[in-house]
Amino acid sequence: MSQVTILYFGRLREDAGTHQEEVNTAASTIADLIRERAQTLDFPYKIQSLRFARNEALCPADESIHNGDTIAFMPPMAGG
Amino acid sequence: MLFSLTEKPIRPDLLRSPMLNQEAGGFCVFEGWVRNHHLGRGVTRLDYEAYQALALKVGEKILHEILDQHSLTGIRAEHRIGSLVPGDLAIWVGACAPHRDKAFEACRHAVDEIKAHVPIWKHEFYTDGSDEWVDPTACHCAHSHSSKTTEGA
Repeated sequence: MSQVTILYFGRLREDAGTHQEEVNTAASTIADLIRERAQTLDFPYKIQSLRFARNEALCPADESIHNGDTIAFMPPMAGG
Repeated sequence: MLFSLTEKPIRPDLLRSPMLNQEAGGFCVFEGWVRNHHLGRGVTRLDYEAYQALALKVGEKILHEILDQHSLTGIRAEHRIGSLVPGDLAIWVGACAPHRDKAFEACRHAVDEIKAHVPIWKHEFYTDGSDEWVDPTACHCAHSHSSKTTEGA
């Protein structure tokens, strides 16, 4: 098990009811982590359309996660 | 610093003046303004939210790459965050180059890359009291436009 901080943004933040949470997880990748969180949260986007960051760096869903990481779950970007 | 975020109104005059360069023969600027309509609905307000630490890193990387790729003399962009109303300036992008073609190309390139890759999100509020997070990947099947023409600035 590892402890990670999850950051939510945009509609994900609203639906999660928080911008940030600490979770204990058995997930070894970000994809595993989001599947785990999807058991308790309804994600309003297809997982394929989400973007992820690990410790303030964009990364793919198959990125490994480690104890103490900060993982961001991000909706499709919509600036401009 | 080439890319910045601001919670205050963007000041184009302050962004432009440091770019003046006697090696540049052309300066192209894009200003993205908040529209009072989107997909046929009246818009009263937009809230922009960013993952600020990551947005600054990604925006900076994009602009440095475009600066080199188009052999520019300068490039600069600023994106507003927080609550905006129609008529407000949401994004300012300026590029200057020895010749105009590169300035035009780089400015367009930078706007497109920022919209696609910088972690910023837009929450629209409508005249009918409803609101919606803008999702450029969503299918607007009633409209035949591409996402580039149906999304915001």
